Order: sequence, then C-alpha cells, then structure tokens
Amino acid sequence: MDYKDYYKLMGVERDASQDEIKRAYRKLARKYHPDVSKESDAELRFKEVGEAYAVLKDPEKRAAYDELGADWKAGQEFRPPPDWGTGFEFSGSGFDGANAGAYSDFFEQLFGQSMGARRGDPSSRHFQARGEDHHAKVLIDLEDAYSGATRAISLRAPALDASGHVITKDRTLNVKIPKGVMQGQKIRLSGQGSPGHGGGTAGDLYLEIEFRPHKFYRPDGKNIHMSLPVTPWEAALGSTVKVPTPIGSVDLKIPAGTTNGKTLRLKGRGIPGSPPGDFYVTSELTLPPANSDAEKEFYKTMQQEMPYNPRGHLEVSRS
Amino acid sequence: MTAKILTGTLLDDQVHFSLTEISEACATRREWVVELVEEGILEPSGEERSHWQFSSDSLSRAICARRLQRDLELNLAGVALALDLMDEIESLRNRLRNTELLNE
Repeated sequence: MDYKDYYKLMGVERDASQDEIKRAYRKLARKYHPDVSKESDAELRFKEVGEAYAVLKDPEKRAAYDELGADWKAGQEFRPPPDWGTGFEFSGSGFDGANAGAYSDFFEQLFGQSMGARRGDPSSRHFQARGEDHHAKVLIDLEDAYSGATRAISLRAPALDASGHVITKDRTLNVKIPKGVMQGQKIRLSGQGSPGHGGGTAGDLYLEIEFRPHKFYRPDGKNIHMSLPVTPWEAALGSTVKVPTPIGSVDLKIPAGTTNGKTLRLKGRGIPGSPPGDFYVTSELTLPPANSDAEKEFYKTMQQEMPYNPRGHLEVSRS
Repeated sequence: MTAKILTGTLLDDQVHFSLTEISEACATRREWVVELVEEGILEPSGEERSHWQFSSDSLSRAICARRLQRDLELNLAGVALALDLMDEIESLRNRLRNTELLNE
C-alpha cells in the first residue's frame, strides 16, 4: 500500500489553515470535476482531491494523519505504525455513504475501520441509500448505428467485499446497441450501477455512445458528411460516380458545372430513424498532376485554349 | 463473464420521464426537481406537475446538476449557469472537431 501525500495532492503547505484548504479544494474540484473537465485523468484526480479534502477538512482526521509525520513520500510503501490511531476518536462526519468504495486502500487502512457508514451501522444517516450510478463510454463503429449490434463491454469498478474492503471488480456485459443511435446518446441500464446500501435500490449504468473515428464518414447527429474528390472534367461536364455509404455504395450524379465545396444530399441515407438522417457529399476538386511531358503539354494547351482568370475579382492585372 | 444480453433504454427524443422518475434517477426528492424547473434548468412539457413530461436530455441535465451541486457546493443559479456554459462549449467543440476533420 502506497503512502498518499494529501497536502501535496491539494497543493497546500502542511501548516495550511482550514480556510486555505477549503479554497484549494474548491479550486481543484472545479478544475477536475468529471462533468466539467475534459482532461483524460479528471475523474481520477477528482477522486484523489476529494479523498485528500475528506481528511484535511476534518480536524480530527487531519490531526491523526499529521501524526504519521512529515517524512513519508508519496508512493512510498506504507504500514501504519502499530500504535497509530489510538487516542483518536472519529465521528465519521463528512463522509458520504454514496461515495463508499471511492477511497484508496491507504485511506481505508487509516480511517476505514471507524467508518460506521460503510459497515451498514444502523445508526448511520446513510442506513438506506440508493447505489451510485456508473458511467462508461462504449466505442462502436458507425456501421453499428445502421444495423444495430451487440457489444461486449468490459467495466472495472471499485466494490466492497464481504469484510468491507475495497476491491476492484471486473465484469463484462453484453449490451444491445439499438439501430439508429447517435454520437453522445446514452443507454440506461437500470440496476447495473453500484448495489444499494442497507436495502436501498441499485444505481443505474449509463453508457455513452461514441463512434470510432472513421476514415471518411463524419457523423453530425443523425446526418453523415463525406468529402468526395472529383476531377475537373467530372465537375465541369457532369458525370455519375460511385459513392460509398455505410449501407452500400450508390451512384451519385454530379451535375455539370459543379464547383469546389458544393454539397449534394442523399436523402434518408444517414443514420436510420423516423425520420432517418441524410447523407451529405461535399465535392472536393482535385487537380491531376503534371509530371510527364504529355501531361505538361495538356496543361499548356488548356492555358492557351481556355481564357480563364480566377483572380478577376482581385482587380489586379492577369500576370 | 455472462452470456446474457442486456437491453437498456436508449435515451433519445422518443422517451419521456415523469417527475418521479427523474427524482428517482437523481436519488433525490421531487421538490428538488421542481426547483430545477423553477430555475429554468429543466423544461418539461405539460401544465400540471402530475402531467410533466421530461426529455432524456432533461434526465442527463438533472443528474449532472445533482453532481455539480453536491461536489462543488453550487447554488441552483450557479448550476444553471455552469450547465448553459457546458452546453455551449460542447457545441463549439463539435463545430471545431468537424472543421478540423474537413481540413484534414
């Protein structure tokens, strides 16, 4: 078990006042709140800061923690001294039963044994509490949204074992992904969150849909966008080209005189639903390379035969 | 490992929740949800409380509001402001992501 430096985690000195600790907590909580922060380790940091604050804001626990001494380093292998904790009395205030299982082994070792709330102590105000909701992301392919799919989702969550210790529990759920889901939508699985405390109902599991980035499809709600490279002659003369969509390729008619960045709509070829989304194709004019002599000759012919000035509106002379 | 296939509720614009369902999902009192409506954080359809219908967006917003209030000790006006700003950031991020993909 590793020692945790709660002062360092909160960025305060060991002699910080209760007000300073509170200010540091407020600031860090806003920074790392999982709903607000987009930093990848936000949830972990938020929990660490929450644990540090749970100890340091409570004068009893802070005194007990300080008793360990200032010589410990974060991450150092830790065993509490044999006589540690004698003479301290913990009231258990400030602990939220709903957060049971959220604290580290280090915390459990120091304060866990005196926390009535986690042992189902009938005197606890959290005697009956609903289990925490769990949240997870599920990564699927865009094609899955067109046809529906069943995905095995591996989840790792802290849980309490029979003797009340925190353990990490792995589980795999097979979840049906319904046809027509969109990026960012959530699926609620009732009762798949943490078990309730003292007979309370279990929390729910929320799965947020995220599409694996696709090589050329870009989902936007129910609609899909795609950039379609076309040659100058296809755009100028008009033509019919094959375009891939997640439900098979289609023949798309490019009208004569199509300019770069023009968007064509394939109605109803977006993500299914009522109504289904649309599929948008944006033309991307590409220039053929002029590598060989023959190719260069062809560009020269165009230069001579086609009196075209794309910079007319810039009001400068042509060359 | 289980072979059972779970089917959840897809929280799309087809599903609606009652006042009681929202308060249960947030593990809180109905009065708290009513306060969210009074603050303009949630906008149910239906005139009377007993007929209120909440969208699935409302469910996500209510759960997020509950966490923000609990963890950051915000009042409801602060929660409302945070949620509105988070929505705006989210939509800007989406626009940015699509623009970046377009320019790739």
